Amino acid sequence: MFTLTPLEIEALRLSLLVSFWAVAGSLPLGLGCAWVLARLDFPGKTLVDGIIHLPLVLPPVVVGYGLLVLLGRRGIVGSWLFDWFGITLAFTWKGAAIASAVVAFPLMVRAIRLAMEGVDRGLEQAARTLGCGPIRTFWSVTLPMMLPGILTGVILGFARSLSEFGATITFVSNIPGETRTLPIALYALTQVPGGDEAALRLCVISVLVAFAALLASEFLARRVQARLRS
Amino acid sequence: MLDLAVTRRQGDFHLDVRLCAGPGVTALYGRSGSGKTSVINMVAGLSRPDSGHITVDGRVLFDSAAGIDLAPETRRLGYVFQEHRLFPHLSVRGNLEFGMKRLAAAERTQSFDQVVEVLGVEHLLDRHPSKLSGGEKQRVAIGRALLASPRILLMDEPLAALDPARKAELLPFIAQLSRRFSTPILYVSHSMDEVLRLADTLALMDQGRMAAAGPLEVLLSDPGLRPLTGRYEAGAVVSAIIASHDSSFGISRLSFPGGTLLVSQSELPVGARIRVRIHARDIAIAIDAPERVSIRNVLPASVVSVSPADSFLVDVVLACGPTRLWVQITALAQAQLNLAAGMRVHALVKALTIARGDVASVE
Repeated sequence: MFTLTPLEIEALRLSLLVSFWAVAGSLPLGLGCAWVLARLDFPGKTLVDGIIHLPLVLPPVVVGYGLLVLLGRRGIVGSWLFDWFGITLAFTWKGAAIASAVVAFPLMVRAIRLAMEGVDRGLEQAARTLGCGPIRTFWSVTLPMMLPGILTGVILGFARSLSEFGATITFVSNIPGETRTLPIALYALTQVPGGDEAALRLCVISVLVAFAALLASEFLARRVQARLRS
Repeated sequence: MLDLAVTRRQGDFHLDVRLCAGPGVTALYGRSGSGKTSVINMVAGLSRPDSGHITVDGRVLFDSAAGIDLAPETRRLGYVFQEHRLFPHLSVRGNLEFGMKRLAAAERTQSFDQVVEVLGVEHLLDRHPSKLSGGEKQRVAIGRALLASPRILLMDEPLAALDPARKAELLPFIAQLSRRFSTPILYVSHSMDEVLRLADTLALMDQGRMAAAGPLEVLLSDPGLRPLTGRYEAGAVVSAIIASHDSSFGISRLSFPGGTLLVSQSELPVGARIRVRIHARDIAIAIDAPERVSIRNVLPASVVSVSPADSFLVDVVLACGPTRLWVQITALAQAQLNLAAGMRVHALVKALTIARGDVASVE
């Protein structure tokens, strides 16, 4: 029987916690960005598009260092956050969630944007003629139609967060019980003599979690898709 | 009552339209690209005129001079699109209630049960649109628009995407809508058959302009408008009432302002209000009333106008009481008869030439 050690449970719990908040916290902003990219035309749109996609092509270490400079205790925004609200992000699991969110953001926005571009504007027009204002139309027609795409975006973002390593270790380091997620615990184990077996076990857990996420997304996407097909 | 005068420039296309549509069905007819859909999109608020005004029942929806431009959701119009545009994530019931739910109960003028019954969609209420046939989808779309209790129903070629069988199934539904739910309809079409069945008033559009507007019978009996009504075979349309049937001879007697017409027996009941299409080539003209002739319809008439249609054909418009008849004769016949405006003549129509397809109920 495959029983988990306390270290594994802690790493798994942290990984799920960090990934959940990374996705949940950035989803509203992701929807907003996808809407701007899919529906608006303005000068400088290419630049905005580029900035949103930057974390996809930058080395994660660069992202992590950038976050440290920006949000660290002495960072430009971080010092202000600490002085006014007493909030510390560096070296906490919240910081890990932010690092994951930034790295996963472009993947999520891409999927949601594609879904939004696929929504038939004619249906929105129909909703308008039936008495729905623009916001109501978005909630009652656009959003439900986009659901499969949002789901894809969320799962992609979640999977990317689970596998996040470079930005996380740079920004929040490796603190047991706080920021030591699965990949970081795995890396740490490979650095000490005799850690091979434990590392292998974490490896298997990582594969299982990722696989479960993929299967769940596939299952949900199929169900939603079947309901929407016309 | 819809009243509009709008202009709009779209690239090279210039739209400049005035239109008054009263109760009943007003057909906006013209070739594709003549600007029909643009007009109803402007009424619905889905596109914006450059200038002009649009009012419905005295309520200003758009007025460029006064800076008024109501959002589509506040205009209280029903719109039935060419493609059904049902919401795929909602059931038929959800679709039907979509507009209705956004109205205060006091503002609802249509009852859910009645609309569902007339459109015959009770058994479909729990299905999703993907499980409906083309005709069923369009019926649900019509119901959805009606249940929003619109002041006017806009229909943009609602039958164009359907096959002939589904069209034939849906036409009677639409024909009774306006009277049954006392809602005026603005019906965009490029099919003269649909227009004949449905419209009380015809508005002819040509290259972004309103070429002519008026009662259907008057416009269709006018050879001068033939370039616009032309794809439909030349002829006149007569409004009549079925006066009697004579089953032993297989004929029906129709009475219309200006006389009586014998046609092949119709299956419509006595008293039914109908519209009869008489092709211009199926009418002959005799100066003296012929005797001992097989033709059953000999209608006294007077010549209104004579004009050459091409080198071999001459268009003659006859007045038979208040009813206009459009007749085409050969140039050779005209050379011998010398018809001129004001002459008393007889219009001859074979009963057999008016087939069932030419008689349409307007009830």
